[in-house]
Amino acid sequence: MADDLRKRDKIKTSFWVKLISAPIFMFVFAIFVMPPIYDVFCEITGFNGTTGRVDADQQYEVKEDRKIDVSFFAMTMGGFPVQFTPKVHAMEVKPGKFYTTSYIAKNNTNQTIIGQAVPSVAPTEAALHFKKLECFCFNRQVFKPHEELEMTLRFVVEPELDERIQDVSLSYNFFKLES
Amino acid sequence: MTTATASHDEHHHGPEKGLMRWVKTTNHKDIGTLYLWFAFAMLLIGGALAMGIRMELLQPGLQLMDPHFFNQLTTMHGLIMVFGAIMPAFVGLGNWLIPMMVGAPDMALPRMNNWSFWILPFAGGILLSTFFMEGGAPAFGWTFYAPLSTTFAPDSTDFFIFAVHLLGFSSIMGAINIIATVLNMRAPKMKLMDMPLFVWTWLITSFLLIGAMPVLAGAVTMMLTDRNFGTAFFDATGGGDPVMFQHIFWFFGHPEVYIMILPAFGVVSHIIPTFARKPLFGYSSMVYATASIAFLSYIVWAHHMFLTGMPVAGELYFMYATMLIAVPTGVKVFNWISTMWRGSMTFETPMLWAVSFVFLFTIGGFSGLMLGIAPADIQYHDTYFVVAHFHYVLVTGALWSIIAATFYWLPKWTGKMYNEGLAKVHFWWAVISVNVLFFPQHFLGLAGMPRRIPDYSLQFADFNMISSIGGFAFGASFILFTYIVIDCIRNGKPATARPWEGAKGLEWTLAPKAQYHSFNTPPSRELIKSESQHS
Repeated sequence: MADDLRKRDKIKTSFWVKLISAPIFMFVFAIFVMPPIYDVFCEITGFNGTTGRVDADQQYEVKEDRKIDVSFFAMTMGGFPVQFTPKVHAMEVKPGKFYTTSYIAKNNTNQTIIGQAVPSVAPTEAALHFKKLECFCFNRQVFKPHEELEMTLRFVVEPELDERIQDVSLSYNFFKLES
Repeated sequence: MTTATASHDEHHHGPEKGLMRWVKTTNHKDIGTLYLWFAFAMLLIGGALAMGIRMELLQPGLQLMDPHFFNQLTTMHGLIMVFGAIMPAFVGLGNWLIPMMVGAPDMALPRMNNWSFWILPFAGGILLSTFFMEGGAPAFGWTFYAPLSTTFAPDSTDFFIFAVHLLGFSSIMGAINIIATVLNMRAPKMKLMDMPLFVWTWLITSFLLIGAMPVLAGAVTMMLTDRNFGTAFFDATGGGDPVMFQHIFWFFGHPEVYIMILPAFGVVSHIIPTFARKPLFGYSSMVYATASIAFLSYIVWAHHMFLTGMPVAGELYFMYATMLIAVPTGVKVFNWISTMWRGSMTFETPMLWAVSFVFLFTIGGFSGLMLGIAPADIQYHDTYFVVAHFHYVLVTGALWSIIAATFYWLPKWTGKMYNEGLAKVHFWWAVISVNVLFFPQHFLGLAGMPRRIPDYSLQFADFNMISSIGGFAFGASFILFTYIVIDCIRNGKPATARPWEGAKGLEWTLAPKAQYHSFNTPPSRELIKSESQHS
């Protein structure tokens, strides 16, 4: 009887290794693999309103017959003490053509403030084809006491944008960075 | 066979005397009992919190508590019921039953088994202690979405994170133990397709646990580093994304809901054949359906997130994938019905619970299908319709099967019979009150009452009062349940080894009260065949 028991107790080491490494693998996967995959996924698909970047030498065929209304929005989060507004609230653009506009930010305090703008494009299907050549959101921004900054934005809406989309809105959310 | 196993018992020591028996025990039956009592205690605590919620919602306006405390109640109710009551109760059932069902003397890793139980009271204690901390308990909902749980959370959140780590550790160890037991300790003459369905469903659940629980541990770890160590996984300022939290959470969360229902399917697949006195219809299709549900559960998570601004293609994919789960689930429901078809049915208490499980769980399944329709979800999202849906699948689904299992196997656990008359009174009391409690919430949700809000506008007043009254009645039914179980343990009439006429399964070949050490000699092929659920 004892032999019988022992036979059943014998478990191969490789079985243990598999059984214990599976949860460890999933833990590491969740922390170190899922977030980068998610970032790449957002960049490729424009999922979640993530906008793309474009190089200066990129050329598009301009679609003269199509017009898209682009609206600009500005928001601040968590008591960010800077007045933040788009210089123009809306523009009519042709797909494939580069446009320049700007946002204005005024620091009303006596302190230097460092902030980061996070963009989002709606509808999400448009995000993939909303490309920026130059944007204040690429870097953190430093606002000296009582300084007013005009921050440039250079963008293009790619001609591949779905025919059904006629309105695109771009919003920036400014967050205060520590330090 | 019964006498043969009984005579072997003479060389073995019985349980130790006194309290240390429970602290030091490595016996699967003792640990199963500990798990079940722990789960029951947490069920009562979680239920008490729910009573607080229903009391506040009895009438419109803020009567009893400030909204922040209400948020703590809803959050802790969810966390305690999911991680403290339902999951440990199923691990307890698994501990008690799986070794007996596969003809094994004990679990494969008895010491780890002891550890995985004794982590739980500490984890539960840490979680509950947050109520008494400055800033109160977690108040961000049981789904703890960032940034509510990172930037805007009370300090006690770090204790919550630690408690979740411990609970996850315990579940993963439990799952590893069950996989090792089923795959290595199974009677040598028992093939995989001879295994009873409770063993099958638990085996598959274990794989869900080791796949999903580490992801939850990862999510709370990222929360911890975001809160304390300057990372920005979920913080847009540092290049993170709070929506990613929801993806990671539901990548865990959807398998989690099947972790809580697959063992319930197993329990019901034992009880219905017993009282229909017919073999289970479609045994192998049950196994394959369980496995397909488990697989599909990993690829549908974003149906919880239809309103996060997903592209239409994503909504369509997650909608269709979700609908697909109805196919294997439908296979199961029809198999249970076919098992009952032209059976010689009797309605002892476990059968009442099992049949009402099939009916009420299916209602929960249908409302789940409605929620899975992406365009309709825009209306249903975060309303009481969702609350009604997941309480139908978790209360009248998971909890129902746990109560059914308790009555079904109580004779085998205690060697005594419960009071059948009282148990039937309890069943009808519970089944009526639970529907008075949750059914009106469907209407509230369709009319637009949001969940997790302590106050509501006047048009919701009537249904909320009905729901609250049902809630108090349902809560009170557990007083009777406690009495029935304790009365059975203390004063129950002696049960026979096989108290249910049509019951099949190796556990019924043991003594009326299963021996402390069972199946020291593995069962023979003939015995396994004759006790199998299918011919």
